[in-house]
Amino acid sequence: MADAEDLEAVKARLKTWEGTTLKDSLKALPERRKEFVTTSSRSVRRLYTPLDVAGKSYSERLGNPGEFPFTRGIHPTMYRGRLWTMRMFSGYGSAEDTNKRFKYLIEHGETGLSVAFDMPTLYGYDTDAKEAKGEFGTCGVAVSSVEDMEILFNAIDVARVSTSMTINSPASVVWAMYLAMAEKRDVPWTKLRGTIQNDILKEYEAQKEWIFPPEPSMRLVVDTFEFGAKEVPQWNPISISGYHIREAGATAGQELAFTLANGMEYVRWGIDRGLRVDDFAPRLSFFFNAHNDLFEEIAKYRAARRIWAREMRDTFGAKNPRSWLLRTHAQTAGVSLTAQQPEMNIVRTTIQALAAVLGGTQSLHTNSYDEAYQVPGEKAVRIALRTQQILAHESGVANTVDPLGGSYYLEALTDELEEEAYRYFDRIQELGGVIPAIRKGFFQQEIANSAYRYQMEIEDKERIIVGVNDFVVDEQPEVEPLKVSEASYRAQLERLKRMRRTRDSKKHERALDRLRRACDGDDNTMPLILDAVRARATLGEICDVMREVFGVWEEPLLY
Amino acid sequence: MPARRKRASSSRSSPGVSALVDSLLRGNKRAAAKLISLIEDDEPEAAEAMALIYPHTGHAHVVGFTGAPGVGKSSLINRLVRLFRARGKKVGVVAVDPTSPYSGGAVLGDRIRMADTGVDPGVFIRSMATRGHAGGLALATFDAVRVLDAMGMDIVLVETVGAGQSEVEIASRAHTTVVVEMPLTGDAVQTMKAGILEIGDVYVVNKVDLADADTLVANLRFQIEARDGWMPPIIRASALEDQRIDELADALETHRAFLASSGNWNKRELDRARQEILENARRLLAQQVRGPGTGGESFEALAQRVVARKLDPQSAAARLFQEAVGGTAQRQSRRAKSG
Amino acid sequence: MATKIRVLIAKPGLDGHDRGAKVIARALRDAGMEVIYTGLRQTPEDIVEAAIQEDVDAIGLSCLSGAHMALFPEVVKLLRKRKAGDIVVAGGGIIPEDDVPKLKKAGIKAVFGPGTPLSDVVEFFQKAGKAKGA
Repeated sequence: MADAEDLEAVKARLKTWEGTTLKDSLKALPERRKEFVTTSSRSVRRLYTPLDVAGKSYSERLGNPGEFPFTRGIHPTMYRGRLWTMRMFSGYGSAEDTNKRFKYLIEHGETGLSVAFDMPTLYGYDTDAKEAKGEFGTCGVAVSSVEDMEILFNAIDVARVSTSMTINSPASVVWAMYLAMAEKRDVPWTKLRGTIQNDILKEYEAQKEWIFPPEPSMRLVVDTFEFGAKEVPQWNPISISGYHIREAGATAGQELAFTLANGMEYVRWGIDRGLRVDDFAPRLSFFFNAHNDLFEEIAKYRAARRIWAREMRDTFGAKNPRSWLLRTHAQTAGVSLTAQQPEMNIVRTTIQALAAVLGGTQSLHTNSYDEAYQVPGEKAVRIALRTQQILAHESGVANTVDPLGGSYYLEALTDELEEEAYRYFDRIQELGGVIPAIRKGFFQQEIANSAYRYQMEIEDKERIIVGVNDFVVDEQPEVEPLKVSEASYRAQLERLKRMRRTRDSKKHERALDRLRRACDGDDNTMPLILDAVRARATLGEICDVMREVFGVWEEPLLY
Repeated sequence: MPARRKRASSSRSSPGVSALVDSLLRGNKRAAAKLISLIEDDEPEAAEAMALIYPHTGHAHVVGFTGAPGVGKSSLINRLVRLFRARGKKVGVVAVDPTSPYSGGAVLGDRIRMADTGVDPGVFIRSMATRGHAGGLALATFDAVRVLDAMGMDIVLVETVGAGQSEVEIASRAHTTVVVEMPLTGDAVQTMKAGILEIGDVYVVNKVDLADADTLVANLRFQIEARDGWMPPIIRASALEDQRIDELADALETHRAFLASSGNWNKRELDRARQEILENARRLLAQQVRGPGTGGESFEALAQRVVARKLDPQSAAARLFQEAVGGTAQRQSRRAKSG
Repeated sequence: MATKIRVLIAKPGLDGHDRGAKVIARALRDAGMEVIYTGLRQTPEDIVEAAIQEDVDAIGLSCLSGAHMALFPEVVKLLRKRKAGDIVVAGGGIIPEDDVPKLKKAGIKAVFGPGTPLSDVVEFFQKAGKAKGA
């Protein structure tokens, strides 16, 4: 970056350039479009120069990696010390089916587990519930009880591998099942590493896998913070997510702002509970999307780290530097993958994974090319995993920390995204805060508007999607189908029936009773949920008790 | 209130419409839906259908709901539906949403709130778009209400858009008008729409679990006056308390009983009949004058003359009226002659 | 007066990913249709009952969780049972290629996968509306 005198010279030179070299060039060859925009419809200028970073202090705005404000990365050595975790989101059919897929992925080099659950499980229903009809195992694994959890992790050493579970409304229950499973194997909870997504706010805003209304749901979340800090200290009880917000149609700026606003809301609730911020903040983790626009995405991660560090230290007064760190998982953008010419999705995923790596993610999932058709087939998921491995070992991008730091464009974008986020924070504040804004439908409307604008850009061919509205071929894609087996479904039903028949019904009833009372009162629900799980209560039974006490959420209508 | 008859009469109606109406009177939902569409689309058989249906109406209690968008009308209605069903009543709902002035289309989303009641055989829910009609209702709204009335609904709830002058329109057509408000969060001073304080029979302050409602309730209490012997109650409601919905349902039933016993039911029906006849007359006249020539001077020609100051607007109208009435009289006598 | 085409857009089953359904609802509205959007978590019974009461010309079903084979044909079956088989049904979402012919055989008139131009969807519903005499 240049000093003041140089800057004057740069400015002058630039002006000349515009009046001569550029002008002549434009006359001979006009630019292809009137405006160039990012995937988020953000305007991008022709050229970024030292003027764009003028007056901005390196130590203040960037800092060194591993130092406040962590813009360049949360560790001093980043991938030179340890590569990001290659953690492939997986799940379909029964626990046996998914256990097989876990082993396959571990064999092929994944370094962390990530569990996808089926719709009934996500919504707190057992496989044999009437709401679950037709939905068994189609988009994830069905887990209705601790027995399923045991099978899911059969022959997998949970003391050595970290497990991320994408579960939200019933997260405490599923976590309790994991803990009970570990307990049965004599693995102390202090050794367990992993994450439960448990981010209910983004459900109301984007993914819609809610059950209960906001207040009781937040209570359940803070219960996990409290419990985890004491009993499962290496576990991340939450993964504050922007991925789903982005998939629902938000721009990069909205994804950034809404995710961090949600994060700060969780911190507030933890503090209101009486927890000291440094007791739970170090274990808050994040989850961002990795979308198409390479530079915008990298800028987004950097802005996220900077904003979070500042807010945690200065607004919430956290003293422990570990509380200032934004640790994140990333997933490449599912919504960007096409049904047409699906092999091209391998290319898209590669670019997106590159963005996440250049952006400093701690953990990464890459989508498979058959994303627009089904959950990943075996070959497809292997290609996705190899994509990460090639990036890690062949591309050289992991050799140095924050390689694009200092790029005029990148730094300008990082700043722009940061400013946009703060504008959104103000707006949310005006609306009364995150939960009032949810009730008013603010996030949902912003997201729906962005989604509609994006689609209109595609319809008008303002935005080209290769294979979809240009470079189209009329061919039948070859996708190896993956079907959930009827046998798996029956086995699951049998298992449930048998468990209900053979469990100690008195113990079971008592446990649910005590849980009901705990939900009605103020006690931390986790120990009672654990007792219910140990008494062989099913997911559906426990959630039904909660539905009874907490009620069910009704969302505001917006489109 | 007239006794219910069970067959569509009239030997001169088209078989299709008669059959539909017969079906309707037996409580068939598909028939009701088809008839409402017929009327909404202003099909040629619509007038005939309404003529067949009308004698079977007058039984249902029509309750209109007005209030700003987002205030929670749909949810309240959903809970009322469930409650009335538990009390053994059959319930109809007509929910109106605005038509886009640009595209002519509409997204009708009030039904979302009523997902769990739609499949109940004793419930019928219809969404309507305003289709260009100013105010918060569709032209066909109250005809649709009549269809549901004839079908056997004991109570029909009408949800308006909540914007414009919908409250005035609904107050003139419903038996009971419910005004739904909600307390504002924050420090903003809450102003209320002009006229809202004069047309409600029942006031609901909704979402009281989210903000302090005392000021709003006090304001309403202070400003609302008794009308025709009825003092509008103010009911606090929230999604968390079912007990309040009981209060609301009770208030509605009390108002209905009051209307019956005080003679106000008939008074309002008479007012409405007068209004409707006049409105229909106006519409018929407008149709006539703009229609194909009745042999006299055309509407357009008259307009030209008015602009040219050869004729004043009042005289032009009188001339048209003569034409229309005279023409009609002529046609009627012609028909009578040919039997 | 040209009558309006009425379309029901619904998400059967548990899947909550409503970005597509909402975009389509809006597009159909912008094309002058009346869209009854029933939202999330609808059973086939809910959907058919609503379609009958609203007297729609067509239904659009959206499912991204893979449960379409269990849910979409059920809607057609129920419509026929209620003598409302003239209501046209289309589906969209994440649907593997080899399920498409099965869905068509079960009575789903069209399947709109990811990347379908909105204009195709709008055109389909316009045709469906006209066929029913709208």
